[in-house]
Amino acid sequence: MKDPTHELHRSSSRPGPAAGNAASGFNRRDFFKGAGASAAATALATSVAEANQAAAPVVVGPGMSKIKLDVNGESREVAVEPRMTLLEALRYGCGLTGAKPVSIDGSSGASTVWIDGKLAAANTTLVMDCVGKKIRTVESLGGSKPDAVCSAFLHNDAMQCGFCTPGFVVAVRDFLDKHPDASEAEIRAGLNGNLCRCGTYANVIMAALEVVKGGK
Amino acid sequence: MATYEWPKQGTASLLGKEIDRIDGMEKATGAAKYAYDITPPKTLHARMLGCPHAHAKITSIDLSAAEKVKGVVAVKAMKEVGNEIRWQGDQLAVVAAETEGACAEGLAAIKIEYEVLPHFVEDTDAAAATAAGQTGKVAEDVQLVKEPGDDDDEKKFNDAEIERLLKESAIVVEGEYGIHAITHMCLEPHGSTCEWEGNKLTAHLSTQNVAGTAAQFASPLGITADDVTVHCDFIGGGFGSKFAADTWGVVCAELAKKTGRPVKLMLDRDQELKTAGSRPSGFLKARVGADKDGVVTVWDSHHWGTSGPTPGGVTQGVIPYVFDPKNRRRRMTPITTNTGPVRAWRAPNHPQACAMTQTAYDDIAGKLGIDSYDVFLRNLPSVSNQKADVYKAEMEIAAKLIGWKDKWHAHGKGDADGSIVTGLGMAIHTWGGGGHSSSCLVKVHPDGGVETTLASQDLGTGTRTCIGMVVAETFGLPLEAVKVNIGSSKYPASGPSGGSTTIGGVSESNRRASLDALDKLFALAATKLGAEAATLEAKDGRIGVKGSPDKSLSWKETCSLLGMTPLEVKGEFVRGTKDPKLGADSKLSSAQVAGVQMAEVAVDRETGVVKMKKFVAVQDIGVVINRQTAASQVYGSVIMGIAYALFEERIMDRQTGAFLNCEVSDYKLPRLGDTGEIVVEFYEPETEYMRGVIGLGEPPVIAPGAAISNAVANALGVRVPILPMIPQRVLSALGKGGKA
Repeated sequence: MKDPTHELHRSSSRPGPAAGNAASGFNRRDFFKGAGASAAATALATSVAEANQAAAPVVVGPGMSKIKLDVNGESREVAVEPRMTLLEALRYGCGLTGAKPVSIDGSSGASTVWIDGKLAAANTTLVMDCVGKKIRTVESLGGSKPDAVCSAFLHNDAMQCGFCTPGFVVAVRDFLDKHPDASEAEIRAGLNGNLCRCGTYANVIMAALEVVKGGK
Repeated sequence: MATYEWPKQGTASLLGKEIDRIDGMEKATGAAKYAYDITPPKTLHARMLGCPHAHAKITSIDLSAAEKVKGVVAVKAMKEVGNEIRWQGDQLAVVAAETEGACAEGLAAIKIEYEVLPHFVEDTDAAAATAAGQTGKVAEDVQLVKEPGDDDDEKKFNDAEIERLLKESAIVVEGEYGIHAITHMCLEPHGSTCEWEGNKLTAHLSTQNVAGTAAQFASPLGITADDVTVHCDFIGGGFGSKFAADTWGVVCAELAKKTGRPVKLMLDRDQELKTAGSRPSGFLKARVGADKDGVVTVWDSHHWGTSGPTPGGVTQGVIPYVFDPKNRRRRMTPITTNTGPVRAWRAPNHPQACAMTQTAYDDIAGKLGIDSYDVFLRNLPSVSNQKADVYKAEMEIAAKLIGWKDKWHAHGKGDADGSIVTGLGMAIHTWGGGGHSSSCLVKVHPDGGVETTLASQDLGTGTRTCIGMVVAETFGLPLEAVKVNIGSSKYPASGPSGGSTTIGGVSESNRRASLDALDKLFALAATKLGAEAATLEAKDGRIGVKGSPDKSLSWKETCSLLGMTPLEVKGEFVRGTKDPKLGADSKLSSAQVAGVQMAEVAVDRETGVVKMKKFVAVQDIGVVINRQTAASQVYGSVIMGIAYALFEERIMDRQTGAFLNCEVSDYKLPRLGDTGEIVVEFYEPETEYMRGVIGLGEPPVIAPGAAISNAVANALGVRVPILPMIPQRVLSALGKGGKA
């Protein structure tokens, strides 16, 4: 059984006083991917000029630039700095504050969102890496017909202060999408990527089980 | 004046039922707005620079480079040259900038020079602390059955008497017990978003104290409290650490004033842990004499610990915990360390006192080879709160729920499954939880609308829902019919949420106001119906004559009799008042609970890992308002207890004075899979129900440390003396590892 924690998308760390300077702006995985693509382009190019053109990076920043993000099925124009995290863009650019800043490294799970259908910690993901990707936040589960997980959290009181709750709701939704018939033991083993300080774990387990029994 | 009582037990339509939170869906869908989430247009992002040293003097401050960073709008020193810094992370300067990135860059450009001074962060060794000059005056408190004669030197007599009593005891347990300092680790860190309109400040503050913090902002800002609105609809955890505006709240307001823009200043995670609250540590040496049945005949202990930069620690008044043997001596040495100041942590003093002393009581069972249950039972006559009967009844319930009789074995004598051994342990606790002073305004509109308004706050305990339930119950309305307005200092004052006082306080004021309002509505309806007001009842959305369904008016019809003006009734409850109108001898609330908890653990003797199997919490709380949120308080308390029993501690580096594990990834806390099965049971015979509402938030967090430690001792046959019982300490207790 897979722990969703391990599926969290990790990239460069968020700029912070501890890090000293601003983050470098690319993550290792994307850098290698980019290098491969550019090498391929060079091989196909017939002249140096063409090769340079093909490999030329798109320069964004420093300072604020407007980019488009696909958030919860809507195209949003957001002003960002290249060093901004997805979490900052969501909270300050889109007004979506369900994902929360709790840890510097995503270890609390409070900023959990989906990027192209995979769980990610929004506070360790650079927003520039999200252009062209489908971002889905906890808010997509709300609205006039809330998702069964939200309802189960309500009915089982799987929340106290509620600051961890949105991240937990996303994690439970994702986990149950992958394991719709999860047993209690599997739920206990599979939802350890989110931290709650008030102690709502017992209620989260009940909520997840209710969704399993409800068949959703 | 109405008679202020609760409905007879079992007759309420809402009270005591499991009711979903009225703000639960907002929390579950991310719509709930916390202080951190409120970002008015043009908001600046502010962060503070913390001191890297545990003890230093500032020799120079240079903010010029920071001011030049692109995007930085304001920089302000929070300390002066010459100031002495006494704990790592203490805030030195603040930067407000257009973005978080620019803010971080600005902070990195601040240049501060220090004269580094010697630090002291070691709190486990009282002798070393005394030698280093880091201890305060030793407090001593002696209680003996035999009194000294007129000619006796009291100290010499006491010393001799304690030794005599120990010598005459059937057994003496000598042990060392302790529990490390922990932090609050509020997931929403401390902080606020501040905005000004002219000379009026609105502070969106993450606070447990909506009514009391406006004045704390006003005074240092040179305005008066009427010019301040503190606003807090949701708070992301407080646990006792968020009662104040704090220096960072005031500096946030100052920056907002200076820049003419809203400013958001929330603590970084490491600053939250280093500076925004911790719980005192406690380490205790005891000699406990008992008779052959395990009844304590004499208690003699010395404990120490740190409250940070000012002398403190766990008060000796709660040693030994709940039990108060007739002969006892308790000494306490306060230690001063270069660590962040303590703040009230859920049930201040009690969890540490329970963990340091009810473990010694359990060791009596271990030494005599008798059942821990019997030792606790036989010592109940000495409990300090006259609740021996409640404990006895709760112990019986808890024992049944955990299967104590079937599973019990003498300490260390259970069957092993490979390297895994299991054990049972128990502990008991007590807490006050009397309601705080509270005012509210209940408003009934002529169109039938109902609202109640008060400057309270919902810490996550379900206060908002409970208030609505009290009003709705009183008016015979569904919960959805009542609008609850809390979270603004402009509302009628209600107490801070600390000490488990909120539910008692807000239930008092709201029940009183609603009953008074109902009296007025009954008078109007009585005239209309041609009935006596005394014969009326409010039920199922109607006001009518009891037992005559045809003689009634709908709620709306009744309210229309108000004419053009809404009915407004103030509810008032004053804690400790002598005035019956304000709550003297109230039947609606009271104080003092007892509680019994039992733990079952599995311990791996090879790895030292302790796993929770089952935990049972039996709790008396008087009248239950919302059974669902009340149960959540107990679940949460138990899980927080498991956290400090097995996982969390503040780790200070003796070499550098640094707080080593001040980020989420390093500060170990239990996760969903770590908590085992938890059973919550309320003890609520009519005698308890008649006592009215009593606070619940804190009591169940007290006993888990001792109960789990006792279960581990029962499993292993040796005591793991210090909490949290991380694998290293378990192995050390088993003689398999180094010093823990």
